[in-house]
Amino acid sequence: MRTILFLIRKEFLQIFRNKFISKAIIGVPIVQMLILVPAITFEIRNINLCIIDNDFSQESRGLISKLEGSTFFRVSFATWSEKDANNELHRNRCSMILNIPSGFGRDITSGKPSKILATVDAINALNAQLSWAYLNGVITDYNREIITDNIGSNPPVPLRMVDVTNRYWYNESLNYNYYMLPGILVILVTAIGFLLAGLNMVREKEIGTIEQINVTPVRKHQFIIAKMVPFLLIGLVDLALGLLIGKITFNIPFEGNILLMFLGSSIFLVAVLGLALFISTMSGTQQQYMFTAFFFMIVFILMSGIFTPFESMPVWAQKFDLINPVAYLIRINRMVMLKGSTIHDLGKDILSLLVIAICFTGFAVRRYRKTS
Amino acid sequence: MKRFIGFVKKEFLHIFRDYRTLAILFGIPMAQILIFGFVVSTDISNAGIAILDLSKDEVTRKISDKIISSGFFKKTGDLLNYNEIDREFKRGNTKAVIVFEKDFGNRLVKEGRASVSIIADGSEPNVATLVTNYTMAIIGDFNRELNGSAIEKSMLIRPEVKMLYNPELKSHYMFVPGVITLILILICALMTSVTITREKEFGTMEVLLVSPLRPLQIILGKVTPYFLLSFINVLLILALSYLVFKLPVKGSIILLLLESMLYILMSLSLGILISTISTTMQQAIFISLIGLMLPTILLSGFIFPIENMPKIYDYLSSILPPRYFIEIIKSIMIKGTGILFIWKETLVLIFMTLLFIGISVRKFRVRLD
Repeated sequence: MRTILFLIRKEFLQIFRNKFISKAIIGVPIVQMLILVPAITFEIRNINLCIIDNDFSQESRGLISKLEGSTFFRVSFATWSEKDANNELHRNRCSMILNIPSGFGRDITSGKPSKILATVDAINALNAQLSWAYLNGVITDYNREIITDNIGSNPPVPLRMVDVTNRYWYNESLNYNYYMLPGILVILVTAIGFLLAGLNMVREKEIGTIEQINVTPVRKHQFIIAKMVPFLLIGLVDLALGLLIGKITFNIPFEGNILLMFLGSSIFLVAVLGLALFISTMSGTQQQYMFTAFFFMIVFILMSGIFTPFESMPVWAQKFDLINPVAYLIRINRMVMLKGSTIHDLGKDILSLLVIAICFTGFAVRRYRKTS
Repeated sequence: MKRFIGFVKKEFLHIFRDYRTLAILFGIPMAQILIFGFVVSTDISNAGIAILDLSKDEVTRKISDKIISSGFFKKTGDLLNYNEIDREFKRGNTKAVIVFEKDFGNRLVKEGRASVSIIADGSEPNVATLVTNYTMAIIGDFNRELNGSAIEKSMLIRPEVKMLYNPELKSHYMFVPGVITLILILICALMTSVTITREKEFGTMEVLLVSPLRPLQIILGKVTPYFLLSFINVLLILALSYLVFKLPVKGSIILLLLESMLYILMSLSLGILISTISTTMQQAIFISLIGLMLPTILLSGFIFPIENMPKIYDYLSSILPPRYFIEIIKSIMIKGTGILFIWKETLVLIFMTLLFIGISVRKFRVRLD
């Protein structure tokens, strides 16, 4: 035990000797969290609209002001030339063109249907679909108004109809900060622990100082534990600071038991650090380690379900997430924080995470050789 | 010149000696393009949904069947009362609960109105919105079936849509340009900064500095091999996205390659800049990976469009080079436009390259202290 404590002390001294790293370990996650969390939203605001109004009637202007009045659209350009409008779209200055044909007002007042054409920049498919849905919504409203105003009769009321109401639990206003903060925090903690722990070990190999440890009576597991503990603690401190700041600046709710979160996070960090050390036992240079780690990290992060919904992945990808520690922790933290899930609800996730942690660490201890 | 070529040769040997790094260097972009192409989509395919049917009649069964069989959802259970909803959500597999009011079928027949409510788990806002929207659309369909097309016909304005550039609404039109941008800047910045700080950390930089090679030649020699490797990477990614996802280059391929070279140069000079301010490899890796990764993913418009962010992020992200390159690739590859449409972005990238090189030259010390 004493040996491990001494080794841990040595690791801490080494980490904090580098002035940049010792500041960045705490500073970078906090700054990035503060800047990045409020930026992210899947909501759509400000769809820049380019209008070609060939009609210029009271009705077409009515429609345009209706669009401008809605919270989603902003008319950024108006022209009569289709070429100019396409140009705007090409230059990315607007994302939708609305073409109102001449005769639009006349047709409508006489009760004849009239077509209007929306051209949407669909490179971002999700955005395009949503903008189109919003446009439809505004036009449907306007339709109703016109029917009541011009024709003077109420639109035909459906005979039978199912009314739909909806509510969002745990996050009524769908505040994206609540969703993103736990996720981004996990990513930052992963990145720091994963990179630094592994690099630390490979560095000893590359410089040759690992030989000096190898000739001492320090046992394999002692060495691995001593390499893990400092980064485990740093990770937990980062997490605690991040949550504190989340509470203060973004007013993130804490419905559940914080201890449960820290239990989950500790097991998670052991898993991640175990994998880091396992990879580092197989790498000869820091460069080699870095690229392997980078590869794993990017795969873990992109498949963790934070940027794109887990529900929309194909089945094999969902199976892969059974061994993805990042996916587990993001889920656990979010559920504990926002929904107040308890250990009964999360037992399976925590157990799986524990199995992963034991496996990865076991691999690392086995793979590490004191003799070359 | 002969000396310089010799030096470049030495650098190449260093790189080729390490098979694994080389394999990963080309493996990362490939894997990412494939992951993004196949895994990432923004549609829902089997979201868990539970049903709380307080009426249990023919109509409610019909509606729930319609919802479950739509292909977007999988049923996770039938609930008996309101108190079970919280339990169900806390377990985490259910994303929404559909609640049919008591006497649903009778009301619909007698009063002509019946109500259903969708309670979604807001802790995942994007999934919650998608699930709610899809369910609402399905119930909307049901209403239309009930009433025939009477409502439709009364609509005078009939909007039509043309989805430009990406008529089939595939998500890789968005992700391929994003992945190229992300991977190039990370790999280039990492490689250059690490290879230069490595010489510093091991003291071999001293050997190079006392050699007859000029500092500029040393830096150029370090960067040239990586420039070539990255360029091969670009070609591989483009070929892969063409072969696997049928994503063609609509505009001029020459222009696209030239712009890619510019972006690679920019990323390499960013790497040089990072190496001049770092003393150890750890530090260089920390800056170029942890410092660049998340901002590039989140603020460059790669996944989250900048227009939807608060205004200040529009300015903030304008100091990030990836933002300009994504715009450039999208314009050339997908929109098929030429240099006239992207000259501004190109100029910004040129300016950034010069700026990074300028600062590095000023900061590069020939003598070690």
